[in-house]
Amino acid sequence: MTAVAKLLDDPADAVTDALRGLAAVHPELSVDLTQHVVSRGDERRPGKVGLVSGGGSGHEPLHAGFVGLGMLDAAACGAVFTSPVPDQVLAATKAASSGGGVVHIVKNYTGDVLNFQMAAELADDEDIEVETVLVDDDVAVTDSLYTAGRRGTGGTLFVEKVLGAAAEKGLAVAEVAALGRDVVSRSRSFGVALSPCTTPGSDQPGFDLPAGEMELGIGIHGEPGRRRVPVPATGVAREVARTAVAAIDEDLPLAHQDLLVLVNGMGGTPLLELQVLAADVVAELDARGARVARALVGNYVTSLEMAGAMVSVCTTTPELLELWDAPVRTPALRWGV
Amino acid sequence: MGRVNLDAATALAWLRAFAGLVDERAGELTDLDRPIGDSDHGVNLQRGMHAVVAAFEQEAPDTAGAVLTKAGSTLVSTVGGASGPLFGTLLRRTGKALDGGDLASALRAGLDGVVKLGGAQVGDATLVDALTPAVEALEAGRSPFEAAEAAAEGAASTEPLVARKGRASYLGERGVGHRDPGAESVVLLFTALEQVAA
Repeated sequence: MTAVAKLLDDPADAVTDALRGLAAVHPELSVDLTQHVVSRGDERRPGKVGLVSGGGSGHEPLHAGFVGLGMLDAAACGAVFTSPVPDQVLAATKAASSGGGVVHIVKNYTGDVLNFQMAAELADDEDIEVETVLVDDDVAVTDSLYTAGRRGTGGTLFVEKVLGAAAEKGLAVAEVAALGRDVVSRSRSFGVALSPCTTPGSDQPGFDLPAGEMELGIGIHGEPGRRRVPVPATGVAREVARTAVAAIDEDLPLAHQDLLVLVNGMGGTPLLELQVLAADVVAELDARGARVARALVGNYVTSLEMAGAMVSVCTTTPELLELWDAPVRTPALRWGV
Repeated sequence: MGRVNLDAATALAWLRAFAGLVDERAGELTDLDRPIGDSDHGVNLQRGMHAVVAAFEQEAPDTAGAVLTKAGSTLVSTVGGASGPLFGTLLRRTGKALDGGDLASALRAGLDGVVKLGGAQVGDATLVDALTPAVEALEAGRSPFEAAEAAAEGAASTEPLVARKGRASYLGERGVGHRDPGAESVVLLFTALEQVAA
């Protein structure tokens, strides 16, 4: 089998080279090419709670693209689809620490959980107080009592943005963490793949998806979904919107709620298609009596070149909306400044 | 065959043999990971074991316990994912318990560390399904060869199971019929032990 063509120089150096590019075009960031840690290069208020996230690479702009004023202080970038090791997370934690404690935002995947947990212990040895917020927003995993629990996916963006604003505002580490757990409890996601993705250096996609079929309930690591269904002849976006919103609504009733909505591309879907989907998602939410307070459409939490989309929602309050609207200045998310 | 006692040289040979087997079988381990995970188990473990061998070339510890402990720490620092912490903890805890004791009881301490960290039990379709019977075989005084066979049977037993831990758990029933790659790596660890302890 012929290797899939990728715009890389050396597949083995994909992460390092990508970070080199990030550093080249964002001189305001501090990029550690040895540890694969990206952190804010600007001055932070002493005592500000530090926000750290991280995970496997391949989900860009998550997480390194969300480092900056009003969002993350540092991100640890693992190998493609593989969580960073404890040393990397510790390095990110130190880079984010300005004396007020650090909050780890961790997506619920066994590898991420174990490595962040080990890093939190190492940070404790260095007298950095660490609180952990576990993101598990994926409603596709229904029987979470019998699995590793729901995955952390698109909802991670809501958590990172809201907590970033809360930390800038001066909340204490325990308050930031408590707010994070509240945002997680309000967030739900559901993803669909129209084609799989191939990790750099591999000659085969993560799963086979015959033409005419789509995977429902995918995660963000190129792993297969929960089930496979035929792609309808027409109204594909409508069908995806209906399926995703129904799955979310069944888990978290949406009627009369004000929502943050993310229509997230998986990396290989054009904005034109995502906008079609966004129209269908908003119509679907309207029909269920939910109100869209703010929405984002684009590639934010991706799986390399996978085609498909993920719908994420977060029920809001006026306080949460204020934090969402607060200024943010990062490579991938920027407003109010 | 009674207690298996390891000296530093045998422990080094064991891990080098394991690294060699991981090199040989990395593609196969990754193929096992493809249907249920994200197709990188072999590649990740290979990266870790290369780092372990490189660390020993720089400096080889002088007790078997220190050899395993160092190998474990190196895996934790290089592999990432779930395999790094789990295989790293297995070797590190085993190493810490080894000096002065026999291998079976040290491996029991390693197994306990893995179970404590990952929360998986026998039947959850993880490496614990291969590790547990292998450790029990050594504890019962059986040979490394028999321990490797017990690990292989344990790894095969993961095929009909619905995974409850790790990334394979997200597939539910769709994961049935696939062998857990972490369990298969445990088979390689005991196959390597059999090679050097023979």
